[in-house]
Amino acid sequence: MGGIAEYFASLNPANLLGSMPAGIAQGLIWGVMALGVYITFRLLDIADLSVDGTFTTGGAVTVMLILAGWNPWLAMLMAFIAGLAAGAVTGLLNTKLGIPAILAGILTQFGLYSINLAIMGMKANQAVSVDKFSLAITSRSVPIAILMGLVIAIAVIGILYWYFGTESGSAMRATGCNPTMSKAQGININNMKILGLALSNGIVAFAGGLMAQFQGFADINMGRGSIVIGLAAVIIGEVIGEAILGKHLNFAGRLAFVTFGGVIYYLVVVFVLWMKLNSNFLKLLTAVVVAVFLAVPYLRANARTSFKKAGRNAAAVGKEAR
Amino acid sequence: MNNMLEIKNIYKTFNPGTINEKVALVDVSLTLKEGDFVTVIGGNGAGKSTMLNAVAGVWPIDTGSIVIGGTDVTGLPDYSRAYLIGRVFQDPMTGTAATMQIDENMALAARRGKRRGLGWGVTGKERDEYREKLKILELGLEDRLTAKVGLLSGGQRQALTLLMATLQKPRILLLDEHTAALDPKTAEKVLNATEKVVGRDHLTTMMITHNMKDAIQHGNRLIMMNEGRIVLDISGEEKKKLTVEDLLHKFSVATEEEFSNDQALLG
Ligand SMILES: Nc1ncnc2c1ncn2[C@@H]1O[C@H](COP(=O)(O)OP(=O)(O)OP(=O)(O)O)[C@@H](O)[C@H]1O
Ligand SMILES: [Mg+2]
Repeated sequence: MGGIAEYFASLNPANLLGSMPAGIAQGLIWGVMALGVYITFRLLDIADLSVDGTFTTGGAVTVMLILAGWNPWLAMLMAFIAGLAAGAVTGLLNTKLGIPAILAGILTQFGLYSINLAIMGMKANQAVSVDKFSLAITSRSVPIAILMGLVIAIAVIGILYWYFGTESGSAMRATGCNPTMSKAQGININNMKILGLALSNGIVAFAGGLMAQFQGFADINMGRGSIVIGLAAVIIGEVIGEAILGKHLNFAGRLAFVTFGGVIYYLVVVFVLWMKLNSNFLKLLTAVVVAVFLAVPYLRANARTSFKKAGRNAAAVGKEAR
Repeated sequence: MNNMLEIKNIYKTFNPGTINEKVALVDVSLTLKEGDFVTVIGGNGAGKSTMLNAVAGVWPIDTGSIVIGGTDVTGLPDYSRAYLIGRVFQDPMTGTAATMQIDENMALAARRGKRRGLGWGVTGKERDEYREKLKILELGLEDRLTAKVGLLSGGQRQALTLLMATLQKPRILLLDEHTAALDPKTAEKVLNATEKVVGRDHLTTMMITHNMKDAIQHGNRLIMMNEGRIVLDISGEEKKKLTVEDLLHKFSVATEEEFSNDQALLG
């Protein structure tokens, strides 16, 4: 029994508090990434797996360009454009070649592994030191990183809120909601899907660029699991947003809560690490949480009406009659 | 008067060369003048929806040509020819985007066939305009402009779809059993609204229905389809004098089938 007491004694609450700010900063970056996932998953109704590759692409492009002497913002702009291109490839595979969206995303992600390695000069990781280069965001000064993360998140939310209120953005929402109706209204739904996938992956790659700078390096595996983290953020954010604002949760609010969902997700990660639980189980935990939340709407609907329930009701009535 | 729709000798076979091969349209030709309102009847699987879908461009036809308002659309996919066409579907869920607001749906329709750029998806001026236009439906939707369409009833959604289809005057309005999924009272309302907008804008219209009375009562022309062909085409005075009994009789003659069977089928 001494083991457990020792274990708890070894957990230092000060350490948890100390690692919170960095967790918030990193969570904001995942939150920005989740905004990209939101576009495909919620608005276009596509689960796009390219993001695992494009997050890394963004990090790789940003780090290599900064190492080449580029301004970090210009480097991230290029990362955004690289993400756009990769997302467009997924869109083309899906719409022009008829490959199911999930498979198209997997193919893009798989192919990007080689491309990402090539971008990083055939190395699995590339460091970029804040001592030698000027970076847009770094874990060296966490308060500023949080501020920067907030400003960037607000800017991205603002741009998305504006875009989805435009004619083009409305057409994209309609495409995800009702393709038949969209075509009848003269919308080229294939183009809209390509554009949406491109935009989504552009944002994801941009977030990858932020992450690489924050942690001081790009790594070939840094994007692994981005889609699940993004989904987790979307789901956590929506659940919290709907609990707090209910019917008053508008589109901008939804986007804000999705970003917030990224922060919550990452704080949970920080907590789990602080508990000295084996961090290898983190992915399993995330997968379980996402699976549960994705299942909730279905199970709720089932709880209201199901064959089992109908059967029970019928049996009960039968008994009464006898 | 101009010809608004010219369907010339079109053929359509689904899944050719497979065991599911289905000849759906056989040498169908039909010309509608501007302002013609034709009702389309026929048994299940006769090819009515297929003919409307051919006009809408849901898939390419095998041979023949389709000209709408002077524009040959045979080679155009649905979204490219949508600017000429207003459509209302049988399923009330099909014609509107459920997760978007009433005004946003209308704005989508108002931009049919136009370039969709980075201007506002819907403007304040448009909202005022839509509020006015919704009044014709007499469903109180003008007070719910920012409600999500998914919250509306089937009848309300169908009426809204009709309004959207006619927001920009279409060269041809295609109605595929657009009241079939509604209760009789709501169906009547939507049909009245249809008459109102078609009359007001002098719209060239094709309306599929299984209701013989509606087919006789509405429009200036009636066609009957069977096995992918137009087997009956009545217009003018002859149509005005038509009764349901006439029609059932003509149907049985045209299809050479048992009168009693069809009576049950066509109600
Ligand atoms: N997309 C399609 N693929 C394969 N077969 C089809 C398709 N659309 C229609 N058909 C077939 O073509 C025939 C004509 O169908 P259509 O929908 O035009 O009939 P309809 O006259 O509208 O009948 P209903 O009154 O039942 O709506 C049917 O046998 C149908 O099964
Ligand atoms: Mg039909």
